[in-house]
Amino acid sequence: MVQLNTKIGSLELKNPVMTASGTFGYGTEYADFMDINRLGAIIVKGTTLNPRQGNAYPRMAETPSGMLNAVGLQNKGVDYFVDHIYPEVRKFQTNVIVNVSGSCIEDYAQCASIINTLDDIPAIELNISCPNVKQGGMAFGVRPESAAQVVSAVRKAYDKILIVKLSPNVTDITEIARAVEGAGADSVSLINTMLGMAIDAEKRKPILSTITGGMSGPAVKPVALRMVWQTAKAVKIPVIGLGGICSATDAIEFLLAGASAIQIGTANFIDPAISEKVVDGIEEYLTRHGFNSVQDIIGALE
Amino acid sequence: MLVADNRLVGPCATLLTLQYPGELPEMVAGQFAELQVPTAKVLLRRPISIHAIDRERNLVEFLIQIVGEGTQSLAELKQGDKVNVLLPLGNGFSYRTTHVARPLLIGGGVGVAPLLFLGQKFAAHGIRPTFLFGGRTEGLILRKEEFRKYGDLFMTTEDGSAGEKGFVTNHSLLMDSESFDRIFACGPTPMLKAVAKWAKEHETACEVSLEHRMACGIGACLCCVEDTADEGNVCVCKEGPVFNIDRLKWFN
Repeated sequence: MVQLNTKIGSLELKNPVMTASGTFGYGTEYADFMDINRLGAIIVKGTTLNPRQGNAYPRMAETPSGMLNAVGLQNKGVDYFVDHIYPEVRKFQTNVIVNVSGSCIEDYAQCASIINTLDDIPAIELNISCPNVKQGGMAFGVRPESAAQVVSAVRKAYDKILIVKLSPNVTDITEIARAVEGAGADSVSLINTMLGMAIDAEKRKPILSTITGGMSGPAVKPVALRMVWQTAKAVKIPVIGLGGICSATDAIEFLLAGASAIQIGTANFIDPAISEKVVDGIEEYLTRHGFNSVQDIIGALE
Repeated sequence: MLVADNRLVGPCATLLTLQYPGELPEMVAGQFAELQVPTAKVLLRRPISIHAIDRERNLVEFLIQIVGEGTQSLAELKQGDKVNVLLPLGNGFSYRTTHVARPLLIGGGVGVAPLLFLGQKFAAHGIRPTFLFGGRTEGLILRKEEFRKYGDLFMTTEDGSAGEKGFVTNHSLLMDSESFDRIFACGPTPMLKAVAKWAKEHETACEVSLEHRMACGIGACLCCVEDTADEGNVCVCKEGPVFNIDRLKWFN
């Protein structure tokens, strides 16, 4: 029996497989297709202090081996989450992590402080990398100073595990990673979507209502893998890898590159039971290669 | 699911019949399925409405317009091929919960697809529905003979090659607004908006099935939203694809 458990700071995960924010709803949407409790963690939809309507339709464009989205953080706000979603998701026998976003530092901190009071939410993932909102989001995550500022403010308001989700739309992601590590982050997750664009040539118009959107899916995997490998060498805190993971083999590549855990995003849309299959696939790989623990392959690139 | 049959039924349309393993689940006309596409060129599933079902043989039919690489590869599936399908998804037409005596089923292009299943449901309850289909030209109005088995079929074409020339909302059937007590429509958004406008003006109940771009199909990704009067942006895949027009913000 191989050991699949891993840790993000003091947070124990039964295995390294998480689902990425915005691709797994609140988990309940997927309960018909798989056993949510078999996952290491689920990261629920981006939550903001106040309700957000999100962007206008169309919000999605398919691209070769990928997709662009411009949802724009549609959610009913943190109070709705506390009153209506939390009582449901706390029943899951897995770690439920809330992705927190905002348009100013005060909003981030206040939203985090509200979630800090929820006993069954052991961690938040701070989204300083959403490319689809006009204010906040990625604007904070593309400069080390502003990234550190928002993380410092949230750190004061939040005393559990703080994961910071990084944007790939930067010259040097390790610089941002080191800045948020210095500001008190317990972990970094990367990559969020890459800024992209799609055009309808026949109509001579952009496909997305916002013109640009965030690209995800298998097409971004090589970029994500490279950034995870670079970041894992640059920081001491655990790195969570994501970007185009569609199979256990993809997940193992991220672990080898130095990720302590991984997230599955866009692949949930193609196979709603994929994350459970990735758990099984990692176990099969470890057994086949004679490893006792998933820890044996984290950062074990030869 | 296994492909039982797949054949072209128009210049750019295929009729795909899949064999369900075991007894078909409960399905409502207007619901849809997410079909995984058998080519590596295409990532996302394709949302396709349920065209008809055969409960005795556990078959599900999909009428698919071939518009790109995804639908092209679905059209190339052969008998015995396997397709991964999520079904049934979404909410269908309200024929089970509302009393309807004189239904008018309006379809445009491949939007006629869910109306066969709906027409069959009415026919099974002794109600002969009226179908009103629009297309650019006669050849693009699909499966006419099949629809005629269950109801009366009227057509409009933009070139006048079948039925009356013009759009569905110009058809002489609509001269008497008392003829129908509920409209069920599926097709391109401009057509649906024109139908909805007519229904509002003539105080006729109306439901429309929307064809938004979707990714997950189960309400997780929030890509396929439509603005509603009561809840703002909602997922067409989960809250729809069928909406009562009173819920939509098309006229204000």
